[in-house]
Amino acid sequence: MASKESLGKTISVVVGVCLACSIVVSVAAVGLRPTQQANALLDKQKNILAVSGLEVGSQKMADVFAKNIEARVVDLATGEYSNAVNANEYDPLAAAKDPSTSTKLTSDQAKAGFSTRENLGLVYLVKNDAGDLERVIVPVRGAGLWNMMYAFVAVQPDGNTVDGITYYQHGETPGLGGEVDNPMWKALWPGKKLFDEQGNPAIKIVKGGAAAGDVHGVDGLSGATLTGVGIQHSFDFWLGTQGYGAYLKKLGKGELNNG
Amino acid sequence: MASDTKSVLTGPIISNNPIALQILGVCSALAVTSKLETAFVMTLAVVFVCAFSNLFISIIRNHIPGSVRIIVQMAIIASLVIVVDQVLKAVAFELSKQLSVYVGLIITNCIVMGRAEAYAMKSPPGASFMDGIGNGLGYGFILVAVGGIREFFGSGALFGIEIMPLTSAGGWYQSNGLLLLPPSAFFIIGLLIWAIRTYKPEQVEAKD
Repeated sequence: MASKESLGKTISVVVGVCLACSIVVSVAAVGLRPTQQANALLDKQKNILAVSGLEVGSQKMADVFAKNIEARVVDLATGEYSNAVNANEYDPLAAAKDPSTSTKLTSDQAKAGFSTRENLGLVYLVKNDAGDLERVIVPVRGAGLWNMMYAFVAVQPDGNTVDGITYYQHGETPGLGGEVDNPMWKALWPGKKLFDEQGNPAIKIVKGGAAAGDVHGVDGLSGATLTGVGIQHSFDFWLGTQGYGAYLKKLGKGELNNG
Repeated sequence: MASDTKSVLTGPIISNNPIALQILGVCSALAVTSKLETAFVMTLAVVFVCAFSNLFISIIRNHIPGSVRIIVQMAIIASLVIVVDQVLKAVAFELSKQLSVYVGLIITNCIVMGRAEAYAMKSPPGASFMDGIGNGLGYGFILVAVGGIREFFGSGALFGIEIMPLTSAGGWYQSNGLLLLPPSAFFIIGLLIWAIRTYKPEQVEAKD
């Protein structure tokens, strides 16, 4: 039994176990990746459809998505649509990490929790069966208490009025910050105005509850002050000049051709 | 031998339940029991991890040096948990999102580690495998019991199928919101422990 405790034996057992374990883990991770990616895509489409206000009913989700939703790439600096990349294959999060397709933010601009932002954004146009634009879905992300929080916000064609919001990915504390998933909280958003009369980002997360009739204020979540701060920073950034501010203003004025 | 296997397999369910008697693995039992569905999937995950970690550790138990045995056990348990997590993401994406970090936290579940250290290091592979399944089921028994009570009285449903229509949706049942919050699992586990110890008085600990 003494040999079992020797240095050589210890090292060989540890190396052997690690090798075997790493093979098992890699096989599982690589082998299952295609299914996981398909799931993630379907999940994303589901979240976009959920905030789009479209009725899916008995139809297949992918079909409704293909028929009524159009992904468009937006040049964030000018607010114009761009055809520089294929919208269906474009991944804004990957672009944000690549120095050649992103812009470095100053520490003041980086309050939302990321230091580079993609130059081209991705929005989703929701069209009715006749092909008219009903609303646009704009992605908003920012750091919460624990992780990045990713949301879709549905905005009316006036570029100002919110139709709905969904946080589709976050790691906030269940029951506290995790209440961003609560339908009652999400129901506070429709009708809110994103910008004030001067055109500045105006959404405010109000601790203790927004006053009745406040078109910019949304009640903060009890026990989740830092989540609220994160949401505030996310909206300040993505509605501002670095985010979709220019795009939403042009959209509201009808300066974009919506095709 | 046959009765031996049976006692290894069924013993942990009532008479030596890891949650009720040994009070292990309570943290995850609070987190995943607000719905029966998540409790059930969590049970399957723990049964799988516990059974296979016991099996593999038992196979190599005579080669594991005492000085690094915990690390070797952790490496095996962690790899199995990652596999479970990956499989869940591939086949049950929605559920894996709800279980979120708790699947990963099976790594630190004291039951898995406890059985590996206390049983698999000393027992042959077959019996260790059965012991893992038994303890996973013992954990799952409490999870499913708590999950059933919480979902039934908290949301008026079982496995997401509405049984008692809620007043908020125009029905007659005023749901008990406390049951959807983690503390309620404490109360229910406490009551279950009380019930089990009334049924099996030998589990009651001696007074100091």
